Amino acid sequence: MYGNDFSGEDAPGGLLGEVEAAEAALRAAAERDRGAAGPGEDLAAYFAQVIDADQKIEPRDWMPEAYRRTLIRQIAQHAHSEIIGMQPEGNWISRAPSLKRKAILLAKVQDEAGHGLYLYAAAETLGISRDELVDLLLNGRQKYSSIFNYPTLTWADVGAIGWLVDGAAIVNQVPLCRCSYGPYARAMIRVCKEESFHQRQGYEILHVLAHGTPAQKAMAQDALDRWWYPSLAMFGPPDGDSTHSAQSMAWKIKRFSNDELRQRFVDMCVGQAEVLGLTIPDPDLRWNDERQAYDFTQPDYAELMQVISGNGPCNRERMAHRRHAHTEGAWVREAAAAYAAKQKNKEKVAA
Amino acid sequence: MSDSSPLWEVFVRARRGLAHTHVGSLHAPDAELALRNARDLYTRRQEGVSIWVVPASGITASSPDEKDAFFDPAADKVYRHPTFYEVPEGVAHL
Repeated sequence: MYGNDFSGEDAPGGLLGEVEAAEAALRAAAERDRGAAGPGEDLAAYFAQVIDADQKIEPRDWMPEAYRRTLIRQIAQHAHSEIIGMQPEGNWISRAPSLKRKAILLAKVQDEAGHGLYLYAAAETLGISRDELVDLLLNGRQKYSSIFNYPTLTWADVGAIGWLVDGAAIVNQVPLCRCSYGPYARAMIRVCKEESFHQRQGYEILHVLAHGTPAQKAMAQDALDRWWYPSLAMFGPPDGDSTHSAQSMAWKIKRFSNDELRQRFVDMCVGQAEVLGLTIPDPDLRWNDERQAYDFTQPDYAELMQVISGNGPCNRERMAHRRHAHTEGAWVREAAAAYAAKQKNKEKVAA
Repeated sequence: MSDSSPLWEVFVRARRGLAHTHVGSLHAPDAELALRNARDLYTRRQEGVSIWVVPASGITASSPDEKDAFFDPAADKVYRHPTFYEVPEGVAHL
């Protein structure tokens, strides 16, 4: 339970069970005695000891500068992804097919905003300000997940995003609940608990469509066809080409390689697609008895690199929309600040 | 944002009978908005029955690198724990 390896099978309760196990491990590790007192002269040794004991590094602890920078980059990118990720689905709020679907989608998009805020707060504990983080996104110096640069053309895409994109995000994020940096791990536990509603609502949308009229089923299949490979690409480049992995593993920021997580995602999706009655668009997808896993076609990593470098179908639109929203919202922030200042003055006068 | 919209720490009482627990932080221009934002951010799923918001700048914290000296006085007072005392055989309700 304290190890960082998942067995072949899901923990009881599937991914949610793993989130709960991570939360229990966090508490257990916190109570475990490391046999040493507080940090002495050698701060780096103390840092290594805490990491070795699977305990958490907290904001005011000493940490290597590179650890701090890596975390800021990763958490900020994650926060930006949640914020930009509101756009593809927000695109369908006004056109959801029923009041029920609309209310659900609104709640889901609000959750994404909330996830972005938990994560920004976690990043801020590392000594970077919210203003700086927002600027880094708006001027393009920090990235967000490439998946949100694909368009949502039909209602079925909202289902595909919930099932595949949120599904891939959960597979990526569940191990982050055990990340060595306390505020990030705690934020991820919160996020993962909420994400499982997102994944299920997406799956349900596709299930209803796939069991509807032939046209609705075709729409669901089309969404799966378009979202499958971009979802596989969400796990990042193959292990051989991944630049940050080894050090992040040693620091227990990251617990599994990109390829391990991608494989795990594929293995989960095959059975789920069968229940939907939809076909995963990969003629070479088949069970490999020797590996006890599915063989599958890798996503087009050249396309991934293109999208990351700004040339995906919607990169410019997403950034333009975010800048517009930020500029258009300026008066609200100014008005709230002016009101707060006025109230403060009144208090002073009264006192 | 840091000047006009400072950082607030959020504490939530999950149920009656439990203490408020730190759940995270957020930015807001004043206490009233901090409270409302905290409700939207940290209690969307009935996670709480009461919320405190505290300006982060108002918190004074001990520093981790003075851990030894700062918490030492507690370590040598084992007589503060009931297990320190020997209870004679046969004594009940003690």
